[in-house]
Amino acid sequence: MARLIGSISFLCLLSAQAQTRAPQSPQPSNLTAQDLTRGKQLFEAQCAPCHGIQGTGGKGANLARPTLKHAADDAGLFAVIQNGIENTGMPRAWQMTDREVWLVVAHVRSLGRVAVENLPGDAAQGKALFRSQGCGACHIVNGVGGNLGPELTEVGARRSSERLRQCLLEPGKALPDGFVMVRAVRGDGSALEGIRVNEDSFTIQLRDLANRFHSLRKQQLQTLEYKLEATPMSSYRDKLSGAEVDHLVAYLASLRGQR
Amino acid sequence: MRFARVTFLLPCLLTAQVPYERIVNADGEPGVWLTYSGNYQGHRYSRLAEITPANVAGLRPLWVYQTNNPRTEVSPVVVDGVMYVTEANNVTALDVHTGRSLWSWTRPIPKDLQTIGFGRTNRGVAVIDELVVVGTLDAHLVALDAKTGAVRWDAEVADYKVGHCITGAPIAIDGKILTGISGGEAGIRGFIDAYDAKSGKRLWRFWTIPGPGEPGHDTWTSDAWKTGGGSTWVSGSYDPDLKLVYWGVGNPGPDWNGDSRIGDNLYTCSLIALDADTGKLRWHFQFTPHDEHDWDATEIPVLINGTVRGQPRKLMAMANRNGFYYLLDRATGEFLLGTPYAKQTWAKGLDDSGRPMVLPNSAPSVQGTLVYPSLQGATNWFSPSYSPKTNLFYVAVREMGSYYFKGEAEYKPGTFFAGGGERALDGDQAWGAIRALYPTTGKMIWEFRLKSPPWAGVLSTAGGLVFGGSNEGNFYALDARDGKPLWDFQTGSSMESNPISFFVDGKQRVAVAAGRAVFVFGLAGN
Repeated sequence: MARLIGSISFLCLLSAQAQTRAPQSPQPSNLTAQDLTRGKQLFEAQCAPCHGIQGTGGKGANLARPTLKHAADDAGLFAVIQNGIENTGMPRAWQMTDREVWLVVAHVRSLGRVAVENLPGDAAQGKALFRSQGCGACHIVNGVGGNLGPELTEVGARRSSERLRQCLLEPGKALPDGFVMVRAVRGDGSALEGIRVNEDSFTIQLRDLANRFHSLRKQQLQTLEYKLEATPMSSYRDKLSGAEVDHLVAYLASLRGQR
Repeated sequence: MRFARVTFLLPCLLTAQVPYERIVNADGEPGVWLTYSGNYQGHRYSRLAEITPANVAGLRPLWVYQTNNPRTEVSPVVVDGVMYVTEANNVTALDVHTGRSLWSWTRPIPKDLQTIGFGRTNRGVAVIDELVVVGTLDAHLVALDAKTGAVRWDAEVADYKVGHCITGAPIAIDGKILTGISGGEAGIRGFIDAYDAKSGKRLWRFWTIPGPGEPGHDTWTSDAWKTGGGSTWVSGSYDPDLKLVYWGVGNPGPDWNGDSRIGDNLYTCSLIALDADTGKLRWHFQFTPHDEHDWDATEIPVLINGTVRGQPRKLMAMANRNGFYYLLDRATGEFLLGTPYAKQTWAKGLDDSGRPMVLPNSAPSVQGTLVYPSLQGATNWFSPSYSPKTNLFYVAVREMGSYYFKGEAEYKPGTFFAGGGERALDGDQAWGAIRALYPTTGKMIWEFRLKSPPWAGVLSTAGGLVFGGSNEGNFYALDARDGKPLWDFQTGSSMESNPISFFVDGKQRVAVAAGRAVFVFGLAGN
């Protein structure tokens, strides 16, 4: 019976009505390991059929992300779970007590956020390196920087230090989800290389390295090549010392979306 | 002269608008679209031939109707200049020339209603005589007056508070309205009902999970049958000659943890053939015994005639959610053929009786088991199509695997009773296709690849086209002979619906829902 509720993002459709209803009992503090396990169990029984066992989405929205667009805070998320979302498949959780809903809130919040790690590097020195190495030429942090590469404002909440390190040393093996460079040869033989921005069965949209958008119809192309593991970002393996990489990783890990 | 003509027409207008015989002979009247699938046989094929591979490049949107549902899955019904579209608990009659509303009926959705495992949607109506019949989210079957939308009768099918719901289109046959029921993730006990078309009185009910003392009950352990699922949430098909109703049955509950329901769990994941007069089971065929992957057999049964191993047969063809294409003798239920039409990693094959030879380590597990197809299946509720012109069976295919997880399942009325979940492989790991199969062998003749696993069904036409939709919003036409793409249009929303075709003043139209809207297309200049 299960079906896709598709790309409809439940949380994006949060109604104003749902946000107005406040919880009857306050958010519990100092949750124990047992509480967290209970929250996970409840999630797996009541939410996983649509949102996936790891919250990465399915019929329902992907919840494994650091910010949930329309559940700005825990109280907002509580309201979504308790009241459901009108006109969608997201039911209200009438069968759960307020405390149980709070435990599910805690579990959902844990899904998309990497825990803060103790790292060997120094974030302040990493910030200076970020500047001196020119990273900001391609990456936006807190509204400042170039826009060819992905925004990094909250990258530390989404990526483990191990993954961040890999991004610096072997960027082609740690590409963002869905990132792919393509090379298209048009009907007249001219070639175009760029980052895929969007694609459907009939068309593809690219951004070339001069940052211009292109729209191509697949039927009019001679070839369309997906360059797996290709990226405009070069490796910093030979440009930075081990300690410098540690500092840069510590800085990136500190970027958790708090402005 | 004009007066004389009106007088001549009057007797026709006074007769029933859509008598049963008109639906039986739907193939002889290609300008209308009288049932969910276009005819009783589930063909989703239009005998209109104005739009062809040569001129389809000139297809343009003529009007758009915006519903209030964020997503509509409706397959409209069109009869005598009126199109009936549905939303959750709503039916609207539209003028096919303009898309302007003629009437609209709404039943309030109860505040405490929950749809457990699916969205608030509706896939369409059945029409018969002067009635337009629709199922509602709160599990009522409502017959409306076709001219005004006034309620003629209203039957409570089941209690919505424990998860019963209707999203599929009913089927109207001689004097009866048939409906299935949703709720397979809520631990309901499924059924198919027949109601008297005149009064709304229930005539029979067939339980898809046999009770104590009934054949098949021993395929369940202890009380598991009471919450065994077996929903019937998509429409079935009908053979007016054999007077048999064919309906696919959904998954057993709980979905991904079968420990509490050891056995084959009849009649879940089966096709059942019911005597239309009595509701008695004539035969059944179970595609996926003891399913633990949510592979409902609720795909549209396609009724065709053909020769298999030298013998002419009345056939039932189904591309099943479990990844196999099946051919059964629809008079007897005899298994004739089963062959994969998509990637599947759970069965070594089917034995001579059609029973899957299940591979070890394919059941859901605590750590997750990777299996193809995904929970959503190699295809799903959206319709296939059969073209008698090309003699090909067209199906929208999902090439996608999934990690299946086993979890705890505790039955609480009106909540999820599922016992696990999945993590589907997505992004560039998953893709889709429209495939054309030779119906009596299941052999693939061509495929057209899609960017992602689709949620829209297909329509084939006598003009030689196959229409389909994509998650990325493309509505498109392929050459029915070789799958070559000929035309596409960006609708602006993912498509989870089935196309139809009909006449307006003798000109062919194609209609499809995308997002919250229904689009109607015709050739430029028409």
